[in-house]
Parts: sequence; structure tokens; C-alpha cells
Amino acid sequence: MRRDIFQAVADPTRRAIIVLIAMQAMTPNAIAENFNTTRQAVSKHLRILTECELVKQEQRGREIYYSLEIDKMKEIDKWIEQFRKIWETRFNQLDEVLSTIKKQRK
Amino acid sequence: MNSLLFDFTVDKAAKTVRITREFDAALSLVWDAFTTQEILDQWWAPKPWASRTKHMDFKVGGRRFYAMVSPEGQENWSIQDYTSISPKTNFKYLSVFADKDENPFLPGSNWDLSFSEQHGRTSVSITIYNESLERMEKMLEMGFKEGFTMTLNELAELLTTLKK
Repeated sequence: MRRDIFQAVADPTRRAIIVLIAMQAMTPNAIAENFNTTRQAVSKHLRILTECELVKQEQRGREIYYSLEIDKMKEIDKWIEQFRKIWETRFNQLDEVLSTIKKQRK
Repeated sequence: MNSLLFDFTVDKAAKTVRITREFDAALSLVWDAFTTQEILDQWWAPKPWASRTKHMDFKVGGRRFYAMVSPEGQENWSIQDYTSISPKTNFKYLSVFADKDENPFLPGSNWDLSFSEQHGRTSVSITIYNESLERMEKMLEMGFKEGFTMTLNELAELLTTLKK
């Protein structure tokens, strides 16, 4: 099955993993220590993130380190940001309207 | 203004968009702002676009038929059909794009808006179901992305002034 990046970030644990490895490359064990979940569950999340090309693996000695593909993340951000901004603008305008009405009613 | 909660998530797999926002106003006022034509038209369209409601009947089975109007006068029509209303708590509608003669372009998306008040602040949670990529892309094509940065900066300044 073909994964897509939006599915990857739809899960809260995967979002947390992304935040973790954004700072530094980490091994699956080190990542798993941050969650109340099994090592298997973390491996599954890492596999999905890898399939979505959001993370990359790097072999260092006997350990595999996972790190974030920053450019891929930016792709999602750019797309979603546009919708977020529509709502942000809309609601900032509503703040202004509410403030005006409140003053009129005083 | 940044102390007001704003949360926006897109779950593309589930075709769902969730937006939560706090407002520094009483629930009854915020409710009016979402359900009254005169107030809605003042904020619904991101500037420099304008919202122009042709007719609106806020009741179950009723409809809002409105256009987002560009600075050049281009009109993008939409229909909102109200399917459920629990006064000052929740309302739901089906939203579809339409032509100027009120013919809908199906399918649409299902909107669910919940309101709650705490410590004088009102929280609004909006969930949009069946929001397809195509519809979201269309919103962008309509040109809403332009002019945002400037507008946002202006608004931030304005709000700071208003707060003083």
C-alpha cells in the first residue's frame, strides 16, 4: 500500500516521534524509552514514517539511527499552513468584530 | 492575542479538518457571530475577500446562500444547509460550492460546530468531515492564500491597539 505523508502525521505518537528525532538522530530503543508503548509499536510507527519518506535511517556500527527528512516535513507544512492561515485570518477578523460589538454594548 | 488557544489539524486520511479557537467574549455573543448574517459577513471572508450573504435562514432545514467576493469582484458562491441546531451549544450544516443560481456542486462537506464558555472565554470547536483534497485545493485556487501575511500583521497590530 502506498503511504502518504498526511496519514503519517495524523497519528499523535508519530507526531511525537517526529518532534523527538527533529532534534537529533536516535535509535529505536532510545525513541521507545520516551513512550508508554512497546518497542514493536514504535518500530511500526518508524516503518510508516520511513515508507512516507519522512524519516531516514543510518547505520552506525551495530545501531540504526533515525533522523528527520526536514524537506519532506516542510512540504506538509507549506500545504497545511495555507489552510491554517485562512482560519487564522478569519478568526482574527472575528476577534476584531467581537471587540467592536462588546464596546458598542457597553 | 496569542494567549487565545488556536488549534488546527488536518487528517487527510480521514478527510477531516479540526479547528479549535478561543474567543475573549461571552458565549451568546460568539454564537451570534456565527449564526447571524450581519455579523458573519463582517468576518467570514479572509481579507481582502468579502463575504456577501444573499439570504440566510438559521433554522433546521434552512439555508445560507453566500458568496466570497474578490477585490476584483469575482464571486464564489456556497450553500450551507443547516441540519441540526442546539441553541448556544452546537449546530451542523452541509456545505457545498454552488453557481450564482444556487445550483450545488456536489459532493459537499459536513460541518459540526460546538460552543462552550469558561471563565468568560468562549471556545469554538469546528470539525469538517468529508473535506476532500479537491475542495481544499479549490479554496486555495480561489486566491485566499494571497495577501495573508500582510493582513495578519495588520490585524496583530490592530488587536494590540484594541486591547489597550
